[in-house]
Amino acid sequence: MGEVQTRLPADEAFRKQLAARNSAAVRWQGFFLGAIVAGMILLIVLLLSIINEAVGLVALKENIPVADIADRPLEELAAPDLAIILQNNLSKGRLQALFIQEILDPDIDRSRLGSDPVHVFLPENSYNPVLGDKTFVDLSPDELAALLAANVSVDRLRDLVYTDVVGLEILESWPLLTSLFNRAAIDQEIVDKQQGIGLPSSYTQQQIDDIKAKYGVARVEWRSWLNRDFLTGSMSATPADAGIRGAITGTLWVIAITLSVAVPLGIGAAIYLEEYANPNAPINRIIETNIRNLAGVPSIIYGLLGLAIFARVLEYLTSGRIFGVEGTNGRTTLTAGLTLALLILPVIIINAQEAIRAVPSSIREASYGLGATKWQTIWRQVLPAALPGILTGIILSLSRAVGETAPLVVVGAAVFLAKDPNGPFTAFTTLPIQIYNWAAMPQDQFRDAAAAGIVVLLLILLALNMTAIIIRQRFSRRLQG
Amino acid sequence: MELQAQLNVGRKAELLATAAARQTVQADSLMMRRRWGEEAIRAVLFFCGAVSVLTTIGIVLVLGNESLLFFSSGEVNIIEFFTTTVWQPIAGSFGVLPLVTATLMTSLIAMLVAIPLGLGAAIYLSEYAAPRTRAILKPVLEILAGVPTVVYGFFALQTVSPFLRGVVGPDIVQFQNMAAAGLVMGFMILPTVSSMSEDALSAVPRALREASIGLGATRLETTLKVVVPAALSGIVAAFILGVSRAVGETMIVALAAGSGPNFTLNPFQAAETMTGHIVRISGGEISYNSIDYNSLFAIGLALFLLTLVLNLISQAVSRRFREVYQ
Repeated sequence: MGEVQTRLPADEAFRKQLAARNSAAVRWQGFFLGAIVAGMILLIVLLLSIINEAVGLVALKENIPVADIADRPLEELAAPDLAIILQNNLSKGRLQALFIQEILDPDIDRSRLGSDPVHVFLPENSYNPVLGDKTFVDLSPDELAALLAANVSVDRLRDLVYTDVVGLEILESWPLLTSLFNRAAIDQEIVDKQQGIGLPSSYTQQQIDDIKAKYGVARVEWRSWLNRDFLTGSMSATPADAGIRGAITGTLWVIAITLSVAVPLGIGAAIYLEEYANPNAPINRIIETNIRNLAGVPSIIYGLLGLAIFARVLEYLTSGRIFGVEGTNGRTTLTAGLTLALLILPVIIINAQEAIRAVPSSIREASYGLGATKWQTIWRQVLPAALPGILTGIILSLSRAVGETAPLVVVGAAVFLAKDPNGPFTAFTTLPIQIYNWAAMPQDQFRDAAAAGIVVLLLILLALNMTAIIIRQRFSRRLQG
Repeated sequence: MELQAQLNVGRKAELLATAAARQTVQADSLMMRRRWGEEAIRAVLFFCGAVSVLTTIGIVLVLGNESLLFFSSGEVNIIEFFTTTVWQPIAGSFGVLPLVTATLMTSLIAMLVAIPLGLGAAIYLSEYAAPRTRAILKPVLEILAGVPTVVYGFFALQTVSPFLRGVVGPDIVQFQNMAAAGLVMGFMILPTVSSMSEDALSAVPRALREASIGLGATRLETTLKVVVPAALSGIVAAFILGVSRAVGETMIVALAAGSGPNFTLNPFQAAETMTGHIVRISGGEISYNSIDYNSLFAIGLALFLLTLVLNLISQAVSRRFREVYQ
């Protein structure tokens, strides 16, 4: 009898090999987990770096402190008081310039200002009849201030007081981390600049004196770029008083148009494909495949489509000329909304299809059995049952539309708007576009404003997604119960 | 007799009439009657479905038509367009290559990040994580896909680019550069790659894993030598879809990669991609019918075809993988 030989190589070499295999297993498992952790770390770093930009120390300069010109905060003053502040602190020439800039229609012939009575340039009932036939050049500072008070909004007047009288200017801003942990260096930098030390040698004496003078009256204080003025302020050429009110109303308008087009079309298409279409008919197969492929088309292509079709070919409709709106071109809120509607349509259809497919066929059969027609069955049984799923899909595609930037830039978002978008036929901007424009600006402080805008955008998206999750949970609970 | 016959005829007619009436009633109550309301609804719904086809036709027509105008304008010929390396519309040189190389470069960098990390994350979620861990980790990873791209662009420009300049050196790394844009784009694509790969991995039958472990393989060996090869076509489809996303991505490259065409393969230099160029040029008040305007559509057409082909390949590959195990 031969010896029984064990087939397992229980020797040194085997043990070594096993150890190597096991350690490889541990190493790779570490890598797999590391991949997820890397993704999470990036997400955290991203959020932190945005907060880092949105809050921090700034060096401020005011020509005249607010306390010297008013006994109350400017926010509590009415239009006439603000106009009086302007009158008391500005030259007549400056008041005249403000009059031209704020009140007059930019298209009128300036040369007529010297000869024609001023009331011909003003809307009815917006001036004191006592002015009579005075021409523009004859107006006294009192009268100019009164006209400003009567014709300019309180918000705008307050902005003018801030920019022209108080002269609030942010000279420099620092990120949160530097502000927290390196305060000494910031203070030193200010002191150096007050004395003109450490400036680039290429600066002329004039520039150095400017910096000395500016920083001489500067004070350092904390500033959150995300504040009430930021949310309610209009667009501005200076970062310190730039706001996102216009961007938010623009977003609301665009999204409202997008939804009112995309939701009915999307649900309709999903109902057709799930309830009516014969899946083997070529036309329906084409529609199915086509929707799947459209979902993969880069969003910028939709922008080109919107530019060529909605903004250009259909300009007569999208500019509102068909309804008698004047002075607009095809690059309007309507164009933007329609473009985004096409963009999110495939997503809405695919989600709605899944929701409709999930409705048990017993519900349909019961309805038919009671004598309902097809549409009655769909409208009264299938759609209510599928609604939570459809809503979730709509909200998710909505959050995509809210954050979408590229196609809207391509269809022609306005870079600067003097007036907030207030209807389907106005030039538009949206929150992400505002962020893009600020981020692309050379001045650092616009990046801080961009970061504050991003915080707002992310909060909106968070709220939308929470809503979707809540709807989904309610729904699954109802199915269980 | 006559009367009888008449009566009979009368009865017959009566009977016939009742039968006819009964038939009408039946036809009315069953499918025979056309319900015009229902038909109209069907037509409206069909139109809703057809809008998507109209969108595709619109895209093809618009891109094709404007590109045709571009190439027939006499200022450009199609061979120059695809072979020369200077894009300078003012000087009349339209060589698309610098834009293409920048697109490929940023996409390549993005995939170098997204493929290993995305596949690693998918393997962890599908093969290692307990169901509860998975239920927490997966949604967190998907947040990455929900962040608007303009936010990523800001992050790439404001944080990643200065970081690279600090690490590699400000002389080598330009302020805007393809590396920063590509890296951040990789993280943006990561959830796409990982969730599709994970689906493919989960679809591999349990029996294959059990057989492998029964033969003495470690979990790693099972994963790398049995499960991943079995799911390969699905994973490849995920990679291809990721590339398509990277090629079409706009805001990250528009902000962080560069604002001018630059024919270079150096990732630390600024160079504008196809999408970045479209956004920058159309951002201003561009006038219709100018050569600039038409050129955007030529670039757009190239981009559309490229992503379409990638998407079709991805779908074909993943369809094949589905057929194996179902």
